Amino acid sequence: MDALDYANKSLLRFTTSGSVDDGKSTLIGRLLYETNCIYEDQYAAVAKTSAKRGDGRVDLALLLDGLAAEREQGITIDVAYRYFTTAKRKFIIADTPGHEQYTRNMVTGASTADLAIILIDARHGVMTQSKRHGFLISLLQIPHLVVAVNKMDLVGWDQGVYDAIVRDYGEFSQKLDIQDITFIPISALEGDNVTTRSANTPWYDGQTLLHVLENVHVAADRNLVDFRFPVQTVLRPDLDFRGFAGTVVSGTVSVGEELAALPSGRTSRIRRIVTFDGDLETAVAGQAVTLVLQDEIDVSRGDMLVRRHNLPHVANEFDAMLCWMDEERLDPRTAYVLKHTTHKVKAHVRDVTYRIDVDTLHREASDGFGLNEIGRVSLKTSRPLYFDSYRRNRGTGSFILIDPVSNRTVAAGMIRGRTSSVHEVTRTRHAEPRRSTNVQWEAGAIGTADWEARNGHKGAVVWCTGYSGAGKSTVARGLVRRLFDEGRQVMMLDGDNVRHGLCGDLGFGDQDRSENIRRVGEAAKLFWQQGNIVVCTFISPFRADRDFVRSLLPEGVFVEVYVKCDLGVCRRRDPKGLYAKAEAGQIKDFTGIDSPYEEPEAPEVVIETDLETVEQVVQRIHRHLADQGII
Amino acid sequence: MTSYTMTHLKQLEQESIHVMREVVAESRNPVMLYSVGKDSAVMVRLAQKAFFPGRFPFPLLHVDTGYKFPEMYEFRDRFTASIGARLIVERNEEWIAKGAHPTVLGTDKCCQMLKTRGLLDALAKHGFDAAFGGARRDEEKSRAKERFFSVRDEFGQWDPKNQRPELWSLYNAELGDRESVRVFPLSNWTELDVWQYIRLEKIPLVPLYFAQPRRTVELGGIIVPAEHLETVDPHVKLGLGESDVTVRSCRFRSLGCIPCTGAVESTVTDVDGIIDEVVAARRSERENRLIDLTSDSSMEQKKREGYF
Repeated sequence: MDALDYANKSLLRFTTSGSVDDGKSTLIGRLLYETNCIYEDQYAAVAKTSAKRGDGRVDLALLLDGLAAEREQGITIDVAYRYFTTAKRKFIIADTPGHEQYTRNMVTGASTADLAIILIDARHGVMTQSKRHGFLISLLQIPHLVVAVNKMDLVGWDQGVYDAIVRDYGEFSQKLDIQDITFIPISALEGDNVTTRSANTPWYDGQTLLHVLENVHVAADRNLVDFRFPVQTVLRPDLDFRGFAGTVVSGTVSVGEELAALPSGRTSRIRRIVTFDGDLETAVAGQAVTLVLQDEIDVSRGDMLVRRHNLPHVANEFDAMLCWMDEERLDPRTAYVLKHTTHKVKAHVRDVTYRIDVDTLHREASDGFGLNEIGRVSLKTSRPLYFDSYRRNRGTGSFILIDPVSNRTVAAGMIRGRTSSVHEVTRTRHAEPRRSTNVQWEAGAIGTADWEARNGHKGAVVWCTGYSGAGKSTVARGLVRRLFDEGRQVMMLDGDNVRHGLCGDLGFGDQDRSENIRRVGEAAKLFWQQGNIVVCTFISPFRADRDFVRSLLPEGVFVEVYVKCDLGVCRRRDPKGLYAKAEAGQIKDFTGIDSPYEEPEAPEVVIETDLETVEQVVQRIHRHLADQGII
Repeated sequence: MTSYTMTHLKQLEQESIHVMREVVAESRNPVMLYSVGKDSAVMVRLAQKAFFPGRFPFPLLHVDTGYKFPEMYEFRDRFTASIGARLIVERNEEWIAKGAHPTVLGTDKCCQMLKTRGLLDALAKHGFDAAFGGARRDEEKSRAKERFFSVRDEFGQWDPKNQRPELWSLYNAELGDRESVRVFPLSNWTELDVWQYIRLEKIPLVPLYFAQPRRTVELGGIIVPAEHLETVDPHVKLGLGESDVTVRSCRFRSLGCIPCTGAVESTVTDVDGIIDEVVAARRSERENRLIDLTSDSSMEQKKREGYF
């Protein structure tokens, strides 16, 4: 390696995880060894220990066992950071223990990683732990995932074994939010496909692990759009200089640009971007600089400088995913210290929306979290935060909670967005739809009347409500087909299709059900405004939620269809097998079993699917639409 | 056109600056531990950068064992004055007077009294609640698990099993009444990074790092300057004569106390040469420091006791 070239490398931070005995330490030891990053004396010490234990070969994993307690138990307890360098890059490895009680450590290691390696033991296939790690990688939004199928030597380099793991894990990862996934068959012990291509895998035409690490493109993962500058400290060495020191979290900024300070909202232009090495014209994400403004405006630590026309959310109530990291359980009465960027505020966890079983990915009702548990919460802070969603911006979407008494870091949080519960809207007297303050409707656009004139019929929202298995979807499909065949502008929204995408983040607790309906209602309204007859089928068990959707629309547009059916009949039909699961306790909050259904008080149409045929009920709804002058 | 990518050295530098600013913003009374070595030299430069154009933001604390090389004392005083930093020198006079020495106490005990005890007393005396250290995670196995912000109890002790998780770049600097924090801005740097940075930034160093012909004696496999033989081992000199002295071209890879720091044979007289040597090296830099070798977990033990 040319020593002088060394100064011009790029940096990749990655994390490694695997179950106990998946060969993670061996793999890291192998990478360090093959890239000549192990010193002779370290190697000699490990060789000595291996010989003493009668291993027969040098156990590279021994290079990594740091603490005395770990050496005694032969496992890794804490996150360890390792470093190695090749001609192209410097690498920082966050080596995280795979043990299930160490979710905390894995989240810690993942928080700074650009790439994650999951090891899977070829002999055991895809285990629960591999799935948990995948979920955490998706939760922490690590942009790149490498699945290293290890110990291929122990399955005789069988392509079938490898293909099965690729298929199983590939299928599982569809459920996750992972953009880039690469599979590699390796033997960490023997070195196959780690740094050099293996002769044992003629059927594998991909790259070696090291090649992927050296070449994965990470510059594009940064957010260079949204300029965010949390002020760390104010520098005023003398009366003539007042600068705001901090690190550009995202975006770029140049001299002369107009900025706004949050929370004051005061604006000014950038006069200088100061560094020890001379003033800059432009500063980009990741740079630690000092900004000097043209005007004397009041800015202090915890404030944020942003562009006037690209603002973060400003709110003191928001939803977040929380990973609990402390032995002491989450206590809703505690005012935790919340640290977000350079800002510290008091925060209460107001509501636990659900807990995620990280092994099955099921959402379950919960009243709090213990160590290593993860779920969704609503938080309220003493002062507003200036944030973006974690998905958009890791730097302004992440926070930690600190216990006010022990001062321990008890939780890591990833902000999803402002609190959005329909309960806030429907359970207060002043029910009104939430409106984003910054949205301007396009003037001069095509109005609902224009659409209706062209279509030759009016738009409407036909809302089918009733128990699961009552026949809502069957009825709706029949109605949509009939209207479609008549040449009407018609579309369908149903529980199953919105829950895959639009509402894919929601569970089935009361609050999430309400939010589900609120979103569907808003979506239906947009489609109605553009002339559609929107047929919606949702259990929508709560009257307040249905009334909320009705309230979004003008009189006569909302057609509530109560799809009535005896619960006993629904249970017998049980087309999706859900009642059986609910009765077995496998599904919670299931309408009709352990969650109530509130019957409509004055629906426009009532149909009884246990007494009438599909044709009959479709005909009755169709007649109602005609009677109302909609079609 | 603006470049949106930074070299790894630049990224490490920015991370360290961010950490230093967090400490100054959140702690009451910070101090930077200054050992006169190359890592301290880099730390000082980073602090200058972090608070430019402000003055040097905190005092430098040198915990002196009395066993440092004369070149180190000379450099220390000249260099700290040149950057306008306030230098505090603290010594454990009680144990220095008692003649603490590795040959008498053993290296562990000697370090504990002159360095660890000396450090803890100095922190308590001045009421420092945050102390920057130049330790790196690549130096030693137990340090690989150290945090940027390492919280210590009232005895300065490290509890590796009860460390705060450190996420994103959000550092928890909250402290209880009797707690303090050690902060390691160079956590993610390697020895090679440090040398490259010194080269890039033209940072001045103690001349001991560079090779020159020195009168030396080999003592149990360690190369020792002849003029310091008595300091290394007060009893050994009697048995050695002028015939044991060899003029060798040698330098020091890391600088500690005279009794525990050996030289390595080298002809390298500039930073470029050192970098070549480090790249080619297959020996870790602390290997010529005797303190880590006494037992398999000796560094962890020292850290638990309050060593930084």
